[in-house]
Amino acid sequence: MEKAWNNRAWFMVLPMLVLVAFSAVIPLMTVVNYSVQDTFGNNVFFWAGTTWFEEILHSSRFWEAMGRNLVFSAIILLIEVPLGIFIALNMPKKGWGVPVCLVLMALPLLIPWNVVGTIWQVFGRIDIGLLGYALHQLGIDYNYVQDPFDAWVTVILMDVWHWTSLVVLLCYAGLVSIPDAYYQAAKIDGASRWAIFRYIQLPKMNRVLLIAVLLRFMDSFMIYTEPFVVTGGGPGNSTTFLSIDLVKIAIGQFDLGPAAAMSIIYFLIILLLSWVFYTVMTSVDAGK
Amino acid sequence: MARIDLDHIRHAYGTPKSEADYALKEVHHTFDDGGAYALLGPSGCGKTTLLNIISGLLHPSEGKLLFDGRDVTDLSTQERNIAQVFQFPVIYDTMTVYDNLAFPLRNRGVAEADVDRRVRETLEMTGLAELGNRKCKGLTADQKQKISLGRGLVRSDVNAILFDEPLTVIDPHMKWVLRSQLKQLHRRFGFTMVYVTHDQTEALSFADQVVVMYDGGIVQIGTPADLFERPKHTFVGYFIGSPGMNVLPVKLDGRKARLGEQIIELPGAPTSAAGSIELGVRPEYVHFAADGMPVEVTKVEDIGRHKVVRAKLQGEDIALILKEDDSVPADAKVSFDPAGINLYADSWRVETGS
Repeated sequence: MEKAWNNRAWFMVLPMLVLVAFSAVIPLMTVVNYSVQDTFGNNVFFWAGTTWFEEILHSSRFWEAMGRNLVFSAIILLIEVPLGIFIALNMPKKGWGVPVCLVLMALPLLIPWNVVGTIWQVFGRIDIGLLGYALHQLGIDYNYVQDPFDAWVTVILMDVWHWTSLVVLLCYAGLVSIPDAYYQAAKIDGASRWAIFRYIQLPKMNRVLLIAVLLRFMDSFMIYTEPFVVTGGGPGNSTTFLSIDLVKIAIGQFDLGPAAAMSIIYFLIILLLSWVFYTVMTSVDAGK
Repeated sequence: MARIDLDHIRHAYGTPKSEADYALKEVHHTFDDGGAYALLGPSGCGKTTLLNIISGLLHPSEGKLLFDGRDVTDLSTQERNIAQVFQFPVIYDTMTVYDNLAFPLRNRGVAEADVDRRVRETLEMTGLAELGNRKCKGLTADQKQKISLGRGLVRSDVNAILFDEPLTVIDPHMKWVLRSQLKQLHRRFGFTMVYVTHDQTEALSFADQVVVMYDGGIVQIGTPADLFERPKHTFVGYFIGSPGMNVLPVKLDGRKARLGEQIIELPGAPTSAAGSIELGVRPEYVHFAADGMPVEVTKVEDIGRHKVVRAKLQGEDIALILKEDDSVPADAKVSFDPAGINLYADSWRVETGS
């Protein structure tokens, strides 16, 4: 009989390993390389040890950007998750409305990120943008170029517009998997609308919600393109998130060492927070 | 508890264009207060439709539904105060077993002391007492279905309890136990119970009155004995009994029926004889006899307590039951017990006079 174990099977993994090595591991190693060295040009490098890491961790600029990022993620999660659930609950379950709703919901997800940025950049302009102009005509002093609050509102609205669909689609998938018998039993048991949501629909959406929250958190924490296109991080530094700051340091100032150190810290933070989210939500799911 | 009147109820899913579009053909019947009824029939015969009309999950296309004489056709499921148990267990995963049972009571604002008393009784009744504080996740299908049953039984003031093939997912052994428990509960508390099933054993052992449904209509309502002795329709003959009734095409001649070359004496002259005539006789009423009609035995199935003999009589398939210890005679001849002979015109039973 053939052996069930054959070590040559590892060769099967080789192409994938090579791919991952070139696409992720080797670039990441160069980042690690940069983060512990200093250079004055001419491809000459000096060992810098943990200097850059210390500098980053002691810079208020880094912590401010990080604070903005956390606030941003928190706000969009607080808006997109309940709104997504609400929309999913109200979407039709059968009939011609289903494909219509699904296509409408999928549309924003199909638009490239920089195009989304451009759309909102134009949309919010007070001279030619529909939103900006209309608000101005209504006498509301809205100007995302000069007012930090308005800039935040614009960036958050844009993210909600772009990404709530993802939460909706995931929740909808969870909802349509509930057999009719559950709703019938709930009617027999005299359950209120809220009880149906709390004890039938929410538990069924649990898993997809976990994925939705994780994806939206990671994505929003790494957000770059859209706010960069709309506000460029301004006014001042008010919408400068970690990624925007990172690009400023790396490309703008060409400080490769600090930028590399910051990348690594940034990466570890995302990893850590995602792990925390996952652990908390799965243990809630397990009912402990 | 309540008497349930179905007043000329019909139902079609969608807009009916012809008689054939009705999933449920006209039903006009009364379920008496405190009765135990079974709706028996093959899949797709309309029994679940009828049940859902009673519970209010479906609104009938035509007709009225009355509880104790009160028209409830337009009332919602909640307002009808009905309990229903479904084919597959429906449980609220995130709650404990106790909270699951308490759910229908709490939703109706029952005082917590009463909730506790009722839930504990029901836990005891369904044999779930030890599981009370467990989360429902990870329980077996048996246990989950018991919780569903429990939620049906926990309210003492319901008008009726409806069961939609509730024992499908249960082990054969547990099926028997749960069925006898239901029967006991019925005797003790006198709930009006309507039990849907396609399993004749379940129906016959549970119900006082069995309603046999076929192709969207009710073909016979009667006690298990009625259904066995005097099937009103050949379908009832086939469907109830194992093996089903022998149905043989015959020609009538006064008090005699002619099957091929054979003459069969009837217990009485049929009152009418229009349409295509068939003679029905259950395998239990067919015996080997020295002076009977010659048959060609094709197969003998030994199924334990008795044997089923398959044979050809004048070219027609016929089955008969033989006691465990009896054997098939070499020159096989059969006769029909007159008490077991029924006559059918166009599939419906014809009375025979004396």
